[in-house]
Amino acid sequence: MTTHASIANAATTDPMIVMADVEKWYGGFKALSDINLSVRRGEKIVLCGPSGSGKSTLIRCINHLEAYQKGEIRVGGTRLGDDSRTIDAIRREVGMVFQHFNLFPHMTVLQNCMLAPMRAAKMSRSEAEATARRLLDRVRILEQADKYPAQLSGGQQQRVAIARALCMRPSVMLFDEPTSALDPEMVKEVLDTMIGLAEEGMTMICVTHEMGFARQVADRVIFMAGGTIVEEAPPDAFFTQPRHERTRKFLGEILRPH
Amino acid sequence: MGLGEFLFLLTGLKWTVALSAIGFVCGSVGGLAIALLRTSGVRGLERLAAGYIALFQGTPLLMQLFVVYYGLALIGLHLSAWVAVSIGFTLHASAYLGEIWRGSIDAVPRGQTEAASALNLKYTSRMKDVVLPQAIRISLPATIGFLVQLIKGTSLASIVGFTELARAGNIVSNQIFEPLLVFGIVGILYFLMCWPLSLYGSHLENRLAVASR
Repeated sequence: MTTHASIANAATTDPMIVMADVEKWYGGFKALSDINLSVRRGEKIVLCGPSGSGKSTLIRCINHLEAYQKGEIRVGGTRLGDDSRTIDAIRREVGMVFQHFNLFPHMTVLQNCMLAPMRAAKMSRSEAEATARRLLDRVRILEQADKYPAQLSGGQQQRVAIARALCMRPSVMLFDEPTSALDPEMVKEVLDTMIGLAEEGMTMICVTHEMGFARQVADRVIFMAGGTIVEEAPPDAFFTQPRHERTRKFLGEILRPH
Repeated sequence: MGLGEFLFLLTGLKWTVALSAIGFVCGSVGGLAIALLRTSGVRGLERLAAGYIALFQGTPLLMQLFVVYYGLALIGLHLSAWVAVSIGFTLHASAYLGEIWRGSIDAVPRGQTEAASALNLKYTSRMKDVVLPQAIRISLPATIGFLVQLIKGTSLASIVGFTELARAGNIVSNQIFEPLLVFGIVGILYFLMCWPLSLYGSHLENRLAVASR
């Protein structure tokens, strides 16, 4: 009985993503150093920090949009190398949403969502379409399925991008400043979609400056500066008693009333 | 000028169209290969493609035709003028189309490839489904511009004895001693092929400019 419990316990605390002593260089410039991060299944992480602090680079290393030079990254037990086999294995688990949506402009919303399931996951057309329609419905944009991205608002496009990533049934979602390119009135619809996803138990790493979202959703907030992790804490502690001077300065700047 | 002479010119026109079509179609296949090599990210292949483009953009088309026609004969390959100029134009068009499409592939925003990669699409699908459909749209005005150049360039095939429109005009002119009339008609025939294409090219360019606004 005891053994059972401890195995079950081990399974739930088994980290989904591990980054150990990761270093990333652009030529002679060190973009990331000493990155150590462990993310449990179902955990929500918010990454923040000044621009150029390496937060986007960090999440782009997780699905190998950027290669890293030192250390180790593991996703769901697979060690990410430079070979196509491990990259493929990890990208199957990891979905990503970009600042500028990056929808395919020559395809309709529905086609955007069906392409990868058919090509990369070898789903049948009917299965891919059913999946796409279900997920478009979930982000409340099904009625736009036959439109082209350019015909949608920024907020709508970003919700399509979320649905498109979800169609690949990822177990982790990476968000790279998903609301930074949006007009203010569209930020909420995207954040609401992300909150919904969080409530369903998705493992999420979000690069964002939406501190309201961080307070509401995050299990941990991580502050980065100069390519390193400066501070990490649960949101309450992070916002009320930041330990480091740089964190306080940063929070002072972004939380200052405008 | 009698009907016989005019029909002879039209026969020349037919070969001009045929040669342009062969150069363009085969050159498109070659050009796509060159463009893909040039953007492959593999340094050796990229240099190879860049060298090929530089060679064909840096030498006159006429010289390229000479080299293919006489050069291949020199190494024992005796080809008909027809085959030789087809090869010459294909090589020439491959270089130019390769460079045009290389530029168009580079003009597709990086985010498109990144999104496709993040969705675990492999190289073939990233290119075929995501990048090339957008690149081809971007490249259309320049591609049509090159097609016009190619049609006019086929007149150089007359030098190696290929009877296309320009050489047909030369022959007729030598028979009836009315060069101005004959070459006037030849010029009009070229113009009727090229001008609508140019108009179509600038129409597409305007439409693209509006679409990207």
